[in-house]
Amino acid sequence: MRYLALFILSFLFWLLLTLDVSVANLITGAVAAVITSLLFARYFFDRVYKFLQPVRYFWFVVYLVVLIWECIKANLDVAYRVLHPAMPIKPGIVKVKLELQSDFARTMLANSITMTPGTISVDIIDDYLYVHWIYVRSEDPAEYSRQITGRFEKFIKKTFE
Amino acid sequence: MVSTILIAIGVLFNLIGCIGLIRLPDVYNRLQSATKCGTLGTCSILAGALFHFGFVDAGIKALIAIPLLFFGATAAAHALVRGAYHFGVKLGDKSVKDDYKDAVK
Repeated sequence: MRYLALFILSFLFWLLLTLDVSVANLITGAVAAVITSLLFARYFFDRVYKFLQPVRYFWFVVYLVVLIWECIKANLDVAYRVLHPAMPIKPGIVKVKLELQSDFARTMLANSITMTPGTISVDIIDDYLYVHWIYVRSEDPAEYSRQITGRFEKFIKKTFE
Repeated sequence: MVSTILIAIGVLFNLIGCIGLIRLPDVYNRLQSATKCGTLGTCSILAGALFHFGFVDAGIKALIAIPLLFFGATAAAHALVRGAYHFGVKLGDKSVKDDYKDAVK
């Protein structure tokens, strides 16, 4: 099942990338997609039927809007810290408790954190995510967990888990 | 017109990213500037290309490059930060907190 899902996804990706429906191109894409799905399907999602639940696509769009908005804010924030003559930075690595369980949802959360205000995910050990933060706003674990993961966690939970 | 504005914003953010790469004190902070400004800047340039060409093959390729860049840049930043830490690069003088130190040992 997951072989088929990955094959369809990679074949669609190939078609988008080449935008060409000649027979030779379709065969090349099919062969490449078969190789991809044979090699990588075991890293793919366990429960493929989740692709067919429309409500997840709705939350995905909401998540994208939130992500793009946070991304723009992140850039203005970093640009301000870089250009300010005194460079107001206070960096440090903080530890955040993860609420999400599945690997893919955790990957998406770590990616979103890397793209947003002054934070880069460093590592996940057990249930804790280690985050490098350019300006540590608070010393209280509950408070900074809310500031770092709170913006995305509920959307990612609804979309990917 | 829209494409010109988007590309100008993109170039400006890439410039700020480069300035940050030089000004910030240690490898971790420099990566912050390089990944964030670099990625948004480049995504903005690609969006500008999409508006310029419209939905023909060049425009759609620019659109596809955005998620690829998103995953590539975040994975690279994560790998570099983690690699630098395990290699033994110290956090800069201004750093106030390091929870990761206890976890690695």
